[in-house]
Formats: sequence, C-alpha cells, structure tokens
Amino acid sequence: MLYSLYLSFTDYNLLAPTASMVGLDNYVRIFTADDRALTSIGVTALYVFIGVPAILVVSLLVAMLLNSKLGFLTGYRALFYLPSLLGASVAVAALWRVIWGDEGIINKVLSMVGIEHSSWVGSPDTALMTLIVLAVWAFGSTMIIFLAGLKQVPNELYEAAEMDGAGKVRRFFSITLPMMTPIVFFNSLMVTINAFQAFTPAYVISGGTGGPADSTLFYTLYLYQQGFSQLNMGYASALAWVLVLGLGIVTAVYFWSSKYWVHYGDN
Amino acid sequence: MTNTTHPHTRATVLPRGSRTTFDPFPRQASKNLVVRAIVKHALLVCLLLVMIYPLIWMVAASFRPSNEAFNGIGLLGSRFTFENYVSGWSEGQINFSRYFLNSLVITVLSIIGNLIAASLAAYAFARLEFPFRRVLFALMLGTMLLPMHVTLVPQYMLFNSFGWVNTILPLVVPKWLATDAFFIFLMVQFIRGVPRELDESARIDGCGHFRIFGRIIMPLALPAIGTTALFTFIWTWNDFLGPLLYLNKDSMKTVPLGLNAFLDATGASSYGPLFAMATLSLAPIVGFFIVSQRLLIEGIATTGLK
Repeated sequence: MLYSLYLSFTDYNLLAPTASMVGLDNYVRIFTADDRALTSIGVTALYVFIGVPAILVVSLLVAMLLNSKLGFLTGYRALFYLPSLLGASVAVAALWRVIWGDEGIINKVLSMVGIEHSSWVGSPDTALMTLIVLAVWAFGSTMIIFLAGLKQVPNELYEAAEMDGAGKVRRFFSITLPMMTPIVFFNSLMVTINAFQAFTPAYVISGGTGGPADSTLFYTLYLYQQGFSQLNMGYASALAWVLVLGLGIVTAVYFWSSKYWVHYGDN
Repeated sequence: MTNTTHPHTRATVLPRGSRTTFDPFPRQASKNLVVRAIVKHALLVCLLLVMIYPLIWMVAASFRPSNEAFNGIGLLGSRFTFENYVSGWSEGQINFSRYFLNSLVITVLSIIGNLIAASLAAYAFARLEFPFRRVLFALMLGTMLLPMHVTLVPQYMLFNSFGWVNTILPLVVPKWLATDAFFIFLMVQFIRGVPRELDESARIDGCGHFRIFGRIIMPLALPAIGTTALFTFIWTWNDFLGPLLYLNKDSMKTVPLGLNAFLDATGASSYGPLFAMATLSLAPIVGFFIVSQRLLIEGIATTGLK
C-alpha cells in the first residue's frame, strides 16, 4: 500500500521502468488535464446516485411484502436472492448485453406494444441505465438483510400504534423506518461502497472500452485501462488513491450524518 | 449442517406469534386478509417472473437450434437440441474443458487455502494472547474497508517481479496467506461464541493448541466454515478482474475469461453456443445454491455478507 502511495507520485510505466518523481502532477492531471478521468468520475457518480437509492427502495419494499406473514417465505426468499449471486458474473453481463441489444427480448417486448427502440447498450444515452437495472436486479442480498431487520421490530409497537389509530403509512414512517435506521445505514453504506467498485458488468457490456462514447466508463474501468492496458502504473496508483479518498469522504459523511438520522434502540 | 442455528440471532429475535389483536369483526377482517394475501402473492410472483425470465429464456435458447436463438421472446424452438453445447464447448483455440478445469483448480485451491488460513488466523485472534493483538485485529478490519484497487497495481508489480504472471499463483497464494479479512472476522466472531470452558477442560486433559483447534473449535464452528467455503466458491468462480489481470495465455484462462473472449469474438450468429456456455458457467453456482440456500441466506442475514 505504501508502495502504491509512492508510485502515485511517479510516472512509472511498466514498459519504461525508469520512474522519476513527478510530485503531485498525477493528481493535478486527474482533475485538470484528463477529460476521460473526469468523465469516469461523472459516470460513477451518476451510477451511485441513481443505483444506490433504487436498490435500497426496491429491497425494502420487497422485504416488507415478504414480511407480512405470507406463505412460501423460504421459496420467495431464495428466488429473490438468486440473481444477486449471479449478478457479478460474466455470464449474466453477457446475457444483459444480448437482451438489451438491438434484437434483444426487451425490444421484442416493446415492439409488441408498438414501441420501436434501437439497441439499449449501443446508445450512449441508455447504456448506463442498463447497468443500473442490472445492479437493481441483483438486489436480493440487500433485501435479505432488510428482512432480517424487519423481523426484529417488536410487534407491540405496531399494536400500540394501531390502538392509537395510526394508519399504514403513518406506522411505516413512525415505527418501521425509525426502527430500521441502523440497518438502512448499514445497507446503504455497503451498497454505496460496492457500487463505487463495480467493474465486471461495465467491462463485459462495453467490451472493455467503457463505450459507447465513454458512457459506461466506470472509474474502476478507467483505472484498469490506465494501469493494465497502457501500463501507466504510476498514474493508475494515483487514480486508486483518489478512489480511496473519495470512498473515505463518502464513508465519513455517512458516519457523520448518522448522528442525525440513525436511531439505536435504547430501551 | 443446514439446521444449525446461529446463537447470535436466536438470542435477539423476539418470540413470534405474540400478536393478539382484538378484532371486533373477525369474519370480514379475515376475508379482507385473504384478498390482501392474494394481491401480495400476485405482485411477488409477477416481479419474480420478470426478474427470472431472462435467465429462463437464456437456458431455453441454449437448447434451441442455433439459428433460432433470437426467436422472439418465447421459450420453445422447433426442436430440442444439444448442438449448441457441443459446438460451444470446442469454441476458441482451446476449448471450454480447459477453461472449466482451470476454474475448478483455482476455486478448489482457493477454498482450501481460505479455510485453513482464515480459521487458523481466527483461532489466534480469538483465543491466543500475543503482543499487539488488538492493534493487529484493528488493522485487519481496516483492510476490509479499503477498496482492493489500491493494492492492485503494487500487487501486480510484485507478482510480476516473481514471474508469476500467467500462472495461477497470484490468484491462489494470497488465499493461503489469510488475506481475506472478511472471513477471518466472521470466524473470530463465531469462535468467540464457543464457550472457553471447553478449551480449558481439553487443556486439562492434555490437549495442545492444535488438538483444541482441530477437535473442539472447528467442529463447533462448522456453520462459519460452511459459509466461508460457499462464499469463497462463489466469489472465486465468478471472479473476473483477477484472472483478467494475471492470466493472458489462452491455455490458462478461466471460464469467465473464456466467456468474455467468446462474446467479443462472435457475432449474432453464434449466440446459441454462447448461451449454452453461459448456462454451464452458472450451473455450479445455482447447484450449490439449491443445496445450501438456507445456510447461505442465514449467513447473510446474520453477518451482512454479500
């Protein structure tokens, strides 16, 4: 790790291994002179800002549906969980590339209701969206953690609220959500950290380029290209440290903000 | 193994069935409940169908004649055939049997390494007294928060200088050195739940650390071991970035790399064989999942592991 920090201040390249210290040049370049780096930061930020809330909302909704004493709980749980095991695999990413492609089943379904659409993964406007859908598709593991948390909310609270005449919506916002904040906190932190580091789907769907038009150029993908396609190890190390700093700031904000919205049961 | 309960959860779960609502109109309410339950089931089933359908469609497409791979959104083709599997298997310069063999070797070695190394490290953290134990433990937890990308470059250069590129060593050796902090943490938590009296009575009976570890701790920590083995399996089998960095030679490639190369090399004409190979690559994970889904899901619910 320290070596990586050292490298980030050099212009080390694996093919021309005569590293010289370049000071903060690498870092300055990331933010001022490298358009693709800035693009990749933007793409990743968009992915995180849309994907993370979407995953959280979907998982919480499904967890609440499953928590209402329906039958077949284990069956549902298992089936909803399955995609999250497969979501990071190349096979599913490849499948994604096909079904959102020009002749994929998404377009086949749409044309049945009269909408014609070109390839979703081939257009810079929609390619990132397909990756977000893939991330949401794999919401199962987050949902399971929510479900475990929901089971621990004491029923007495709901009964008391019902006696006091609180409706469903009111009960959700006054009991479920406050009681669940520690788990919401944990889940959102984990999902955020994972989203920042997503790599495989973007690589497979764009064929390693981050295309079309850099619209799926995740930060990690750009780091990979710099470090391992162009072998700019020094610059890639600087990119990695910017990622660490970024994640550190996000984590710090999470923990700092948790004072205001996370309630730990004191009873 | 699947029936073993996790002491941590069971202790905190509140008694179930404690709901005793006073209901002035029981019959009407129960009718309402039935309707509501049906609506909820319908919602869930619809959502599941939409989610799982692409997978089913892929499996179905892999059994259709390859020129029918894109036959709309239906499942059935004109006939049922294995020809995609046959032609997909021998795709590329080196066929998929090699890729599967590579993946299998890496995965098995990783699981064994992770189990041995993580459980020994966890035993040390949970039971032994040694200087700087707390500091080291905190350091180890700290590595969990760091993104793996920081170490990617220096690790690559290190392994490159060993001449380990294009061998499976960079993928397997770290597992034998207990670098996976998550699993160590999981096992430490578990071993801490095993009563110390058991070790002490074993020590009085003359057992050394290795006997205590092997005869007492390990058998009692089986659920944690099972979870570790399963997740190591799934993560290693799916791993793409690691092999992508270290294995460039075709004969060394793993299944995900083979699939990716296949995807890039083929046009729409050979999607049938691609689907067939993708299906085969997912089959072991789905198989393991079916066998052990209870253990797996309880593992996530208690540890927050993904």
